[in-house]
Amino acid sequence: MTIATDPETQGWFQRNRMIITPLLFLLPGVAFFAVYVISPIFQSFYISTFEWNGLGSLSEQGEFVGMQNYSELMADRNFEVSLWNNVKWLALYLLAIPGGLFIALFLNQTIRGIRVYKSLFFFPFVISQVVVGLVFSWFYLPNVGLLNVVLGWFGTEVNILGNPDLATYGIIAAGLWPQTAYCMILYLTGLNAVDPEQIEAARLDGARGRHMLWHVILPQLRPATFIAFVVTIIGALRSFDLISVMTNGGPFGSTRVLSFYMFEKALSEYGFRMGYGSAIAVILFLIMLIFIGYFLWSMWRDERDARR
Amino acid sequence: MFPTPIEKRSRAAQITYQSLVPLALIMWLLPLIAVALFSIRPGVDFSNGNYWGVPSSFELFTNYGKVFFESDMPRYLWNSVLITVPTVIGAVALSCMTGFALGIYRFRGNLLIFFMFIAGNFVPFQILMVPVRDLTVDAGLYDTKLGLVLFHVAFQTGFCTLFMRNFIRALPYELIEAARVEGVKEWRIFWYIVLPLMKPAIAALSVLIFTFIWNDYFWAVVLTQGPDAQPVTAGITSFNSQFVAQYHLMSAGSIVAALPPVLMFFLMQRHFIAGLTLGAVK
Repeated sequence: MTIATDPETQGWFQRNRMIITPLLFLLPGVAFFAVYVISPIFQSFYISTFEWNGLGSLSEQGEFVGMQNYSELMADRNFEVSLWNNVKWLALYLLAIPGGLFIALFLNQTIRGIRVYKSLFFFPFVISQVVVGLVFSWFYLPNVGLLNVVLGWFGTEVNILGNPDLATYGIIAAGLWPQTAYCMILYLTGLNAVDPEQIEAARLDGARGRHMLWHVILPQLRPATFIAFVVTIIGALRSFDLISVMTNGGPFGSTRVLSFYMFEKALSEYGFRMGYGSAIAVILFLIMLIFIGYFLWSMWRDERDARR
Repeated sequence: MFPTPIEKRSRAAQITYQSLVPLALIMWLLPLIAVALFSIRPGVDFSNGNYWGVPSSFELFTNYGKVFFESDMPRYLWNSVLITVPTVIGAVALSCMTGFALGIYRFRGNLLIFFMFIAGNFVPFQILMVPVRDLTVDAGLYDTKLGLVLFHVAFQTGFCTLFMRNFIRALPYELIEAARVEGVKEWRIFWYIVLPLMKPAIAALSVLIFTFIWNDYFWAVVLTQGPDAQPVTAGITSFNSQFVAQYHLMSAGSIVAALPPVLMFFLMQRHFIAGLTLGAVK
């Protein structure tokens, strides 16, 4: 850094500008973020130790109950169902990654009109999840939905959203549709940047097909895979819209996940138990924190390597 | 290129591939095609059980006309616009500044603040729900578009900062050093040197945030109610209860609700994909 004139003759601001400028630039963004994102996280931890119906102020209307909400959670059958469904979402949602890779490999060609095909394959991701949910619930309709019309040709039928054992899988399938599209576009971009010389060299060495994919292509796609993993995990744990639109938690509460159950407890007609809801949110947050920790750690590693 | 370019395969393989791609696309979009077909049928087809046969008449204009003139849909759409556009402007403006501060300057806590933005951006919405709702109610902003906009701006600043900071980081740093040597003031470096270079990032981010906010449902339900402030994602549920089991109208309504981000995507495709896949290649 070069300072043109003698520091003694400059003003205080001028001398400290390399600290003051970034602080001023950060101030509005950080303030907003602190008020609306950072501090609510801690407030939720605090609220989760109260029994509070959300009316009036927490300190006047709320009753401090310590860890009671959490011990109640441990015995709550619905909480258990929701937690298990979250595990299903996490595990099955990850199928979007190989699925997206598969479609990307399928479409990574240069025939006429391929760009249009790629964007049409991608566009389920752009549609809001509410509409995706509606579209799929009509697709699944018993008797008249397209799925059952097709199944009817083979003499079978299934009421996916009406069956407590199947409904969650039906919703996850709907969620996989846009998520796979997202992973596909990540991999298409990644494939574009794969080093052609390495492929040629590997071809000369006799690598092809699956071997080539596993040993040459996939290692080069690692950044794409990482982002696909991050967005898929976050998407799985954020699932709310689809459940709300497609089954509203039913049948018999079988499709609830933590994010939905929390909303139900805190805001819907089932009662305004803000403290109990917050306790569910805290559990969800702690699960997410494991992944957030891992993401941040990987990013920090890259950052350290790229330090200039 | 991987897999092997189809041009290098046999003629038969090429023809198979060329017919397979459109077929796969139709399979992929089948649920959506079904809805589009629903939306051009007359209502009587559904009461007669003719869901998938030849439509008894072609009612595209009647159905979509009803959506626009006999429901609250236009209000919800307009609300969505009034929520989405200010959020995009606000979040992009704030993150240009934070991105600049974090990307250009070295100071203690830089990485810490950056990671705070990233971490906050990954947090589940539910952990914020009760306090944010409370804050909004206390500020008298419950069921207003402003309440929703303020929250969205704050939350999206996390993702936008991640994006902007990494983009600025990749700009040639010599440019800024050269300007400093010339004695250019810091805010002028931001305004006249960095900001013009950020145009592609601003475009990409704007399209992305537009889509994210337009499609938001959770916060719309938590912070608003009724057609005065609710965006179209939440409005579609009341629309559907107005036209229960009238599949031709419900599907037309859904298509209308989904359309603006789709148009945005097709018009700004290059920017959109550039934004979405930033970091997918190193």
